[in-house]
Amino acid sequence: MNTDRKPALRLENIVKTFPGVRALDDVSFEVFPGEVHALMGENGAGKSTLMKVLGGIHQPDEGRIFVEEAEAVMTTPLHAKARGVMFIHQELSLAEELSVAENVYLGELPRKSLGRVDWATLYANTDEILKRLKVGFTARTRVGDLSIANQQMVEIARALTVDAKVVIFDEPTASLTDAEKVVLFEVIAGLQAEGVGIVYISHRMEEIFKITDRISVLRDGEYRGTLVTSETNEDEITQMMIGRSLDLSRRTARGEVGKTALRVEGLSCGSLFQDISFDVRQGEVVGFYGLVGAGRTEIAETLFGLRTPSAGKIFLKDEELRIHSPIEAIRHGISLVPESRKEQGLVLGMNCRDNITLPQVSDLVAGPFVSDGAEVAIFDQYRDRLEIKTPSWRSAVGNLSGGNQQKIVIGKWLAMRPEVLIVDEPTRGIDVGSKSEIHNLLRDLAARGFAVIVISSEMPEVLHVSDRIVAMYQGRVMRIFDAEEVTEDSLIQAISGIENGKVA
Amino acid sequence: MQRMNTTDLIKGGAIWGFIVLELVFFSVAGSFWSLSESAFMDFDNMLLLLKQSAPIGIIAVGMTIIMINGNIDLSVGATFALSAVVMLDSMNWPIMAGLGDWAIPVAWLLALLTGAVLGFINGIIVWKTGVDAFIVTLGSMLGFRGLVFMYNGENPTFHLNWTMVDIAEWDALGVETPALVLIAVVVVAWLIMTRTVHGRNAYAIGNNREAAVNAGLRVGPHMLINFVIIGTLAALSAVAFYSASGSVNPNDGMLFELWAITAVVLGGTKLTGGSGSIIGTFGGVIAIQLLRKGLGHIGADTETVNLVIGSILIAVLFLDRQLNRKGQEELKV
Repeated sequence: MNTDRKPALRLENIVKTFPGVRALDDVSFEVFPGEVHALMGENGAGKSTLMKVLGGIHQPDEGRIFVEEAEAVMTTPLHAKARGVMFIHQELSLAEELSVAENVYLGELPRKSLGRVDWATLYANTDEILKRLKVGFTARTRVGDLSIANQQMVEIARALTVDAKVVIFDEPTASLTDAEKVVLFEVIAGLQAEGVGIVYISHRMEEIFKITDRISVLRDGEYRGTLVTSETNEDEITQMMIGRSLDLSRRTARGEVGKTALRVEGLSCGSLFQDISFDVRQGEVVGFYGLVGAGRTEIAETLFGLRTPSAGKIFLKDEELRIHSPIEAIRHGISLVPESRKEQGLVLGMNCRDNITLPQVSDLVAGPFVSDGAEVAIFDQYRDRLEIKTPSWRSAVGNLSGGNQQKIVIGKWLAMRPEVLIVDEPTRGIDVGSKSEIHNLLRDLAARGFAVIVISSEMPEVLHVSDRIVAMYQGRVMRIFDAEEVTEDSLIQAISGIENGKVA
Repeated sequence: MQRMNTTDLIKGGAIWGFIVLELVFFSVAGSFWSLSESAFMDFDNMLLLLKQSAPIGIIAVGMTIIMINGNIDLSVGATFALSAVVMLDSMNWPIMAGLGDWAIPVAWLLALLTGAVLGFINGIIVWKTGVDAFIVTLGSMLGFRGLVFMYNGENPTFHLNWTMVDIAEWDALGVETPALVLIAVVVVAWLIMTRTVHGRNAYAIGNNREAAVNAGLRVGPHMLINFVIIGTLAALSAVAFYSASGSVNPNDGMLFELWAITAVVLGGTKLTGGSGSIIGTFGGVIAIQLLRKGLGHIGADTETVNLVIGSILIAVLFLDRQLNRKGQEELKV
């Protein structure tokens, strides 16, 4: 980083208000060419609003934006692009049926006379950009055939079609595996070397410390300051973000472990996973760790009746079960908090109460009608127990923060008094403060005697909440660790398929 | 099911505001241009309006339930016609002649049964094949209409029974049978959708089918029930209408599906499912009928009426979109 040069991007006292809310309050910071600048803050701290201001979607009420020290007034997304401010959004926006090249130059396809597409130039230009990114696919590949990580590379390629001054990454690693992250960080380092200023938005501390030079923190729309990454630590950042420090130490001591609640023997499902055996006892949290595609979510879906196993047995309290649908799984007391909350877990158009009572509403009747009182009683009980923050049970669940939404999904199943609670990616897309709340909640549930399975792609999370850890690699259980004996190294080796120092 | 907060109330109330606007406009405009002597807002005229709303209105209530559930039913017009044919033709059967006036309830039951069976056919295909309801009911719309023509060719089916006409034109305080049926259907459907488990689950399935499956809801049976409900309501609509007229043409009920959808959408129900209300649809039905009558009152012809209704439909949905977008932007800060 060279601070003698003029900044690639400079924000000066940006203020943006919406009716009743001061979304951005006096935000100022600058990003130098070749710098990776982290933007951190809890959900609702104003990061998205700031992005929209930079992207020309919202106009600031006060303050100015400079790109290479020239004031940039951006009133449409096209202005931002023209000034070289590019975005890599968290949610990919690609046309899956089109080729990589068509996506990269979407809306700006090179043309010949009579409006014909100049395919040769299109493919040549795209391949050139792809070469810079060192990816393993070509301009002619259909985007729908690419992995999520490679689709993200297409988005990045899009940003490189113009002379980008600033590239803004919004939670780019949210759905990437550890191996894919390494590739992404190499690409970011490449952009850095070319002198592009990078704004990097993420909740993940280990990434922040790995790749960023400086960190700017927002809290409730206010700019809290900028730190130099090499001179700070997690505690300081967390305190700036949430105004208090968090206890991120190892999990609380193991509680009383009871009888075996769930036992799985030799469970297989086609090519997805094979010969899976493990057990979960009452009062313990068993973590499943592995790369994306290792078959963890598929095991959860099989236990929940969404997939039919091709072999193997499932025992609940020593009684063999045949589960063909979620309805049967739920009746036996197996519950699943799915990976993507909004798509699979919540009915977003419904209010908080109705989401919590959804699986059992047919039992809450008085005569022909649903009993309002019984429903509200259940909602109140779980709002208090899980400390769900919502103005009222009438609030649409879509308006809650990610952490509170997740609590609604968990509360929905607790209200069914399950034997086994499976939680897939419990804190995906949830801010730091709520993350530890969810972790404590999972530990607390185990202490109350529930058998809990946690599937996570984040190693600190798995280490933090689990009593035992099932390490998976390519559809197989490599090893089951006890929390006391596990080390980060041995865990990484296991999920990379390395057994006793040898590749399995 | 969703208790209303203020914004919902404004959105849900929009259709009633529109109705008031229509009433005022046609009353004022009518005093200049109307050819008739009576005032537009005449009480008898309003009662007549309610009665004229009944055929489409009863079907639109069923369509609301189907659309909240995330499906659509294009076959209601054909179901309406076929149920009417069964009702009127059955009264001509020799076996029915021996029943005297008891033939009337039997014919009604046969008509309702026809509607229920046709709805069941739609529902079971949608459930078991997983083919989109739009495609399934597009096919059954053609198929059911084919059955109507197979029944009696191009000829009308008729049967006149004065007792039946008397029942159909009976009134309580001036409100005639078809209007009473419409009101009863609205009330019962409203209770089902807001107060019962089935209604709650229908909303959930329409809003997020995957989450509903994951919560252990039986998606297929709920959809099947709703198709049976709309089939039965299409038949009930035919019963209410043809008991008085006594004659059905094989082309009757054409485009009813589109009028019903228009009323439902005007009333605030979304095509994507998961939200909407029976009361809103009732408002939509009244609004359309008011427009037809009102434009007629000031001397416009049918073609103009359709043009105006079409334009208003698009304008209303555009406004709705603008309002919703604004709402979302404020929430996202």
